[in-house]
Amino acid sequence: MKRVGIVIVSHSVLIADGIVELASQMAPSVDIRAAGGTDEGGIGTSFDKVTAAITDADSGAGVLVVCDIGSAIMTAEAARELLAPELRERVRIANAAIVEGTVAAAVAAEIRGDLDAVDAAATAAMPGCDSAQNEPSLVAPRASAPSTYVRTVTLINADGLHARPAAEFVRLAGTFAARVTVNGKDAKSLLGIMSLGLLKGAKVDIAGAGEARDAVDALADLIESGFGQTDSSR
Amino acid sequence: MGCPGADRCTSLGAVKGTMMGLDVDWVIAWARIAAARVADERTRLSDLDRAIGDGDHGENLDRGFAAVAAKVDSIPDGASPSDALRVIATTLISSVGGAAGPLYGTAFLRAAESVAGKPTLDSADLAGLLDRARNGIVERGRAQAGDKTMVDAWSRAADAAADAAASGGDEAAVLDAAANGADAGAVATEPLVARKGRASYLGERAIGHRDPGAESSALILRAAADAATRE
Repeated sequence: MKRVGIVIVSHSVLIADGIVELASQMAPSVDIRAAGGTDEGGIGTSFDKVTAAITDADSGAGVLVVCDIGSAIMTAEAARELLAPELRERVRIANAAIVEGTVAAAVAAEIRGDLDAVDAAATAAMPGCDSAQNEPSLVAPRASAPSTYVRTVTLINADGLHARPAAEFVRLAGTFAARVTVNGKDAKSLLGIMSLGLLKGAKVDIAGAGEARDAVDALADLIESGFGQTDSSR
Repeated sequence: MGCPGADRCTSLGAVKGTMMGLDVDWVIAWARIAAARVADERTRLSDLDRAIGDGDHGENLDRGFAAVAAKVDSIPDGASPSDALRVIATTLISSVGGAAGPLYGTAFLRAAESVAGKPTLDSADLAGLLDRARNGIVERGRAQAGDKTMVDAWSRAADAAADAAASGGDEAAVLDAAANGADAGAVATEPLVARKGRASYLGERAIGHRDPGAESSALILRAAADAATRE
């Protein structure tokens, strides 16, 4: 299955290129294109750059466009409107923070989320440096509650619960309907989990209600498996 | 085509001699006149923009309309008004730069869509075209009348054009009403606090300054009216 592509539309060449650099490190298989600055490289946006980037980023699975301020959105919308109808219908403009949204979208695309999933990931990544920390923590199941099922596991892989392992973890959590928490954070929220900063050796509480037992076990097993990473590999 | 009723077209034609409506030559003349006016007023538009924005509106628009003027020369024989409006739209979007590119581009794009397939445009078509253009700008810029933007000019223009068409005005009368409405709308931006665009950062300091986008819209809509009465 082909991956969703991503286009960054910024008034600044440097911002667009920088976000591509950042997101590509977390999602190396995703086609992420920069459309920053005017045709001459000044501050502004270029319809032609945006159109070319969208066209290049599409592999058939669609493209999510993430914009910075004001006229970047207008330029992206105009570019989308003038695409061939068949391409246009698989191009979406995200209502998302350009850095956080792109990173979340890129990881969702890396794990082969479809356009809906990639768009939703971008939108869910709220603006603000500490947004993930501010995300309302799910009410942690009380240990004394008889219906709570908790497993405490230790991270053994090199990256900890970050970057690609975090993405893999979120993807697995997403296959279960049940609500599961990771040290109080929603197991389906990539940025929420990454905000915990759980490194190798950290103890992690995976918890859910009794009926979430399968999900808790699967996620705990994944952590204990080391995500298939040997200690020294990335 | 384009005539809501044969009687109405005939009577308009008999009275005003415009039974044929405006064809692609009007669109091309509009583009050329607009380009010339924008070039003449470039400095004034940028001065207005310097007061409450980043000072490049005149230059940006001049670059865009110069490209349009060059492009309309190569519109082939047999092209429709819609085809020509679409050429203007895409040229503006890719050459104006800044927020004005997608805004004006969207206006002309919606105008093109509203008259697709029509070889000539009557007064109702023109009122419809201006309404769709206005709505395109509102949608693209997420601005409303009263926000101190080009919407203020386009909105009064579209409303005045609709009134003129409804009261039996011919094509030239509809476009003249639109141009007058746009002028009034541009002047009316002066006492306003901006709620969109860079001028919105200035708060009350924007009061007393005319919005450059509304002013350029008035210039461009005046060009449309003058293009209909050329010769």
